[in-house]
Parts: sequence; C-alpha cells; structure tokens
Amino acid sequence: MTNPAVPAPAGTAVSQRKGAAVALASDLDEQHDAVREPVLSIRSISKGFGAVRALTDIDLDVYPGEVVALVGDNGAGKSTLVKILAGVHPADSGVITFNGAQVSIPSPTASRELGIATVFQDLALCDNLDVVANLFLGRERGGVLVDEELMEEQAWTLLRQLSAKIPSVRIAVASLSGGQRQTVAIARSLIGEPRVVILDEPTAALGVAQTAEVLNLIERLRERGLGVILISHNMADVQAVADRVVVLRLGRNNGVFRTADVTYEDIVAAITGATDNPVSSRSAANSAGKDAE
Amino acid sequence: MSEHTKDNSAPTTIAVDLQDERVMRGEGLGGVVRGFGTRVRTGDLGSLPVFLGLIVIWVVFQILNPRFLSATNLVDLTLQCAALGVIALGVVVVLLVAQIDLSIGSLAGLSSAILGVAFISWQWPIWAAVVVALLVGAAIGYVYGFLFTRFGVPTFVVTLAGLMGFLGLQLWVLGPTGTINLPYNSWIVQFATTWFLPPWLAYTVAGLVVLAIVFTDVSKARRRAKSGLSTGPVSLIVIKAVVIAVVAAAAITWLATNRGVAVSFLLFIVLVAVMALLLTRTRWGRWVYAVGGNEEAARRAGINVKGIYISALMVGTVLATLGGLMLAARLTAASISTGGGTTNLVAIAAAVIGGTSLFGGRGSAWSALLGIFVIQSIDNGLTLLSLDSSVRFMVTGAVLLLAVIIDSLSRRSRAQHGQA
Repeated sequence: MTNPAVPAPAGTAVSQRKGAAVALASDLDEQHDAVREPVLSIRSISKGFGAVRALTDIDLDVYPGEVVALVGDNGAGKSTLVKILAGVHPADSGVITFNGAQVSIPSPTASRELGIATVFQDLALCDNLDVVANLFLGRERGGVLVDEELMEEQAWTLLRQLSAKIPSVRIAVASLSGGQRQTVAIARSLIGEPRVVILDEPTAALGVAQTAEVLNLIERLRERGLGVILISHNMADVQAVADRVVVLRLGRNNGVFRTADVTYEDIVAAITGATDNPVSSRSAANSAGKDAE
Repeated sequence: MSEHTKDNSAPTTIAVDLQDERVMRGEGLGGVVRGFGTRVRTGDLGSLPVFLGLIVIWVVFQILNPRFLSATNLVDLTLQCAALGVIALGVVVVLLVAQIDLSIGSLAGLSSAILGVAFISWQWPIWAAVVVALLVGAAIGYVYGFLFTRFGVPTFVVTLAGLMGFLGLQLWVLGPTGTINLPYNSWIVQFATTWFLPPWLAYTVAGLVVLAIVFTDVSKARRRAKSGLSTGPVSLIVIKAVVIAVVAAAAITWLATNRGVAVSFLLFIVLVAVMALLLTRTRWGRWVYAVGGNEEAARRAGINVKGIYISALMVGTVLATLGGLMLAARLTAASISTGGGTTNLVAIAAAVIGGTSLFGGRGSAWSALLGIFVIQSIDNGLTLLSLDSSVRFMVTGAVLLLAVIIDSLSRRSRAQHGQA
C-alpha cells in the first residue's frame, strides 16, 4: 500500500476478490460451454497502429441472450475492438468465431451480413428523413417503387416489440428527443435480423428517464435472444443491465466478472489496474475525512 | 392482431400509427384542415409562401396591365418557362445532395452550339445531334462527379471551372461567325415554338392524369387500411381530384382561346412529374435525400454515396444540356449568347425560390415548376410594363432575397417547434 489513506483491510479485500473473480470467470465460461455455444467468440485478437499495440491477445465470448459490458479507461482499446468487429479495421492476428464457424470481417458490409449490428455513438441518422425512412435506409422494401405501407407497418411492429415510445413514425428524426433517436438507431440495427448487437455508449448523452428507456430496450434485446455488447463508462448502467463485465486495460484483458458477484470498486480497480487509483482514494479520503470529524 | 384487439378496445377503432396518445388525431376533413393550420403555424410552410407569392405577383401585374393574364401572354409565359424550368429541375437534384452546379448556363450554351454545328454545318439528322449533346452533358456530369468524389474538389470550384471552360468550348465550337441559325421548318424549332396540343388532346391528357391521381390515392388508402394504418378521409381524395380537374380544365380552356398548351411546356411538366416520382418513391430518390441530409449516415447504411453524388450531378448536367437545346430551338439559333447572361442565376434562383434548400436534403421536384413560374412571371410582367432590364434584374434580385429570408425564418420556426 503506497497510499496511507487507504485502509489496509479494504485493499486486501479488493486484491483477493480480483483473483477470485478471474477464476470465477473461467468457471463461468465452462458452465456456459456445457449449456450452449457462444454466438460470437474471439481469441487472441491483436491489433497495432504503427508502434502502438492497441490490442494484445484479447479474448471475448458473447452468448445468445446475454449482455456483455465492455469497460475500460480511455485508450483501453474498447473502440478498436468494436471497430474490428464492425469491419472498420482488420485484426492483425487472432481468431473470430461466429456461430461456430471461423470468420473474417474485412468490411462493414461483411460484418452486417454475418449478423453483427453496430450502433455507433454518433447515431448516424438522417435528420431530414422520417423514422420509417431512417429505419429502412439502405434496406428499403418493395420492388421498383418502395413499399411505404409495408415499411410503415413493419416499423410499428418492431417499435411495439421494443415498447419504444415514438409518437409517430412519419415525423422527421430531427424532432425526436435524444432517447427516441437512440431508440430509432437501435431499432434500425435490428432490421437486418442480427445475432449480435454492439452498442457504443448508448446512454452517454441521455437524461435519467431516457437512460432508463434505453436500458429497458437493451433488456428487450436480451429477451429476443440476441447477444449484446454494451460499451459504457457508466458503472450504474453496466451493473443495471449487464450479465458479465469484461474489463480491458491498456489493450489487454484485465478480468471478466459476473455482474451479480462484483462491486463497483472491484470493477474500478480492474479498469484502473490498481487499488490505489484516484477513484478509490477519493472515496477513501472522503470516508477518512468523515471519520476525523 | 386478433389477440391484440380482444384485450384492448382502443385498437379496434384506432389505426396502428395513431395509437400513441401524443399524436393529434384529426377526424375527417376538419382534422386535415386543422392539421395543415398547425403545420403552417409551426413553420412547416412547404410551398405555401411561393404559391401565395405567385398569386400576389399575378394579381399585381394584372392590375398594372390587363394584358398580363390574357391567353396570349400566358401561352408566352409557358413557352418562356419550359427551357429554363428544365434546367432548374436539374439544379434541384444537385442542390438536394448539398452540391451546386454553376456551369449549367455554359452547358446549355455548349449543347446549343453542338446542335447548331452538327445539324447545320455537318448536316447530321437532328436526333443524332440531340443525342450527342445529351451524351456530352452526361459525360461532363460524370467528370464533375469523379473529380468531386475521387479528389474531393468542391463542386463549387469544379463547376466554376466548368462555367469558364465550357463557355470557351461553346465559342470554339461555334467558330468565327458566332451564330448558327436553325431553319424554322426543322422539327426541333417547330417543337419549341409552334407545337401545341389540340384542346381535345389536352383535355384527354388532363383527364387521364386526374384518373391516375385518384387511382393512386385510392389504392394507397386501400393498402394502408390493409396494413392497419390510418387512412385520410375519402372526401379529401375527392376534393383533391376535383380541384386539380377544375384548375386544369380552366387553364386548358383559357389557353385554348389562344394557341393552347405548348408541347414543350408539357414536356417540362412531365419531366417534373417523373422526377418527383423518382425522388419520392424510388430507392435512388430516398438515397439522394439521405446523402443530402447526412452523408456519413448514408455511407454507414451501405448506400453507394459516390454513386449518388455522380448520378445527381449527371442529372443536373443532362437536364442543363436538354434545356440548352430547348432554348436554342425556341430562339431558332445557336449563338454565343445562348445560355449566357442570366441563365445560370435564373435557374439556380428558381430552384431556391421554389423551396429547395441550398444546404441539401430538403425540397422537391415541384419547386422547379413553382420557382420558374415566379421568376418568369416577374420578367414577363415587367417587360409588358415596358420597364428596362435594369429594373427587372433588381426586382428579381429582391424576390430571390425575400424567398431565402422566408425560408430561413421558417427554418428557425421549425427549429423552435422541434422540427428542424
């Protein structure tokens, strides 16, 4: 313990539990394997940009009907991993298995066609088009002329399944709130019947009620049997919906936790890679200050 | 669906798209009228200001000079609108993808020069000269698109270079004489000056159009009802059809007291209608709006963004060359001044006055029709008042400014009402 402000018992507890959690995670994987195959499984993925090793030997499994939170500090490699899965960058080495078959993802189209839908942080919606046009953009239904009625009907069916609160699908996306726009973006990713949905910071810019709306939506994706990879900096959101938490640190795996068995401090410790991290010392200093009073 | 209706009484009467309590439900015709009033108040003006503006312009000119609304003058007006309207239609498509084509005037001039030289000097058949001119237009549009998508040169600059370059090419093609007269008895000149629909044919065409509109509306309502979506009131379909039929019949009857409906004007209307269909009901049109609204979103949706840019620029250049051919045919000559002067700015101004946004993603093919009517009505009216061209330019400039101000105000109002 370099920081005297941290009470010794708490520090040992964290380090003990971290070791236990890693062991537990491998148990978890074995349990899963006994029941069913992961829909997406990556092994030893590495990626470098010039002299920088962005990712080194990353492993990740996503099972159907499971929400996996991918957490880590800025620069931990979350975005790089997502971009590899979305087909934006190719991986330098490693194996990606999708649906039991080894695959390569050279382009965004290839990723989509495999059944991986990625919702990036900047939702990429066309503000001037209405909800129906945005949902089906690039996948319009119909023959020579687009079938507006069929698309509108399917849009309503999909939005009702997600219990989405969109008042009308014939208004421009510009007039929707942030949460509704996120809903449209997530609903759009489902149009191609994906098996895995990757959500990049879906609640980053949202208010309390809208965040709850999106979290409900994520649970509904899980109920549909989809594998969900959730990238978030918000530990409350992660603990609210994720089944497992995968921590990346400096481009390496730094622990896999089952959300039910892990505390906020454990995840923070794994993210920052130390028990004497600024977050823990702040809370420790606060509690120490209170004790002194 | 049956389970759905059993446990909940509301959906049995309310369509799928109107179940949200926040959606304002207007019942019947009154609801449609109230909905329109709400849209206008919140700044979603559509083409209403242009329409009202056109009526004001016509009333004012009619008061100033009773010959303005005479059949003779209105027939002249339709002839003046056709060629520039076709060019403006191309500008609309280019503006929709948030680009601009400044070289349309030079392209119109170049195509008229090609027609003159190929038809008169080389003795080609007219159709061959027309096809070559249109192919040249398409090729130029492709080159613009290639330079823009491959090297990222802004279309403003590419087409500015085109403006000067193709003006030079036009002068070079025409040679030292500078003017090539087209014989008055050639079909292309006849087409632009003396071909008019006989009244019975004009009425038949208008009748078929109204029937087609009713058929589309009814089949659309039927498909919506089948999908469990809301349908507008039947009375609206009837009223719309009756209004269009009455206006068309009145216009044809009035124009028929003079020469009638010009075939070149009919061609313009048909092109506008076809473009409106392409833009609103096909994938290509949807993608044009998407690229103009958010290029990155369109790319991520798997749309061939480069292809959309190139095709939109090609539509702009092809329609500009077609407009140039119509200009030359109407003036019975290909000269160095064809497509020069104000052609460029009139066509772009028409698209903007008609309600197409300069910033992409907003507008419709019909804005070319409305816009060119406004500009040519002003031009025609001021000419009737024997006012100097100096006044005409200043008035047209003021109207353009007014149109853009109205557009900006309605945009701000839309933003305030959350509909930007």
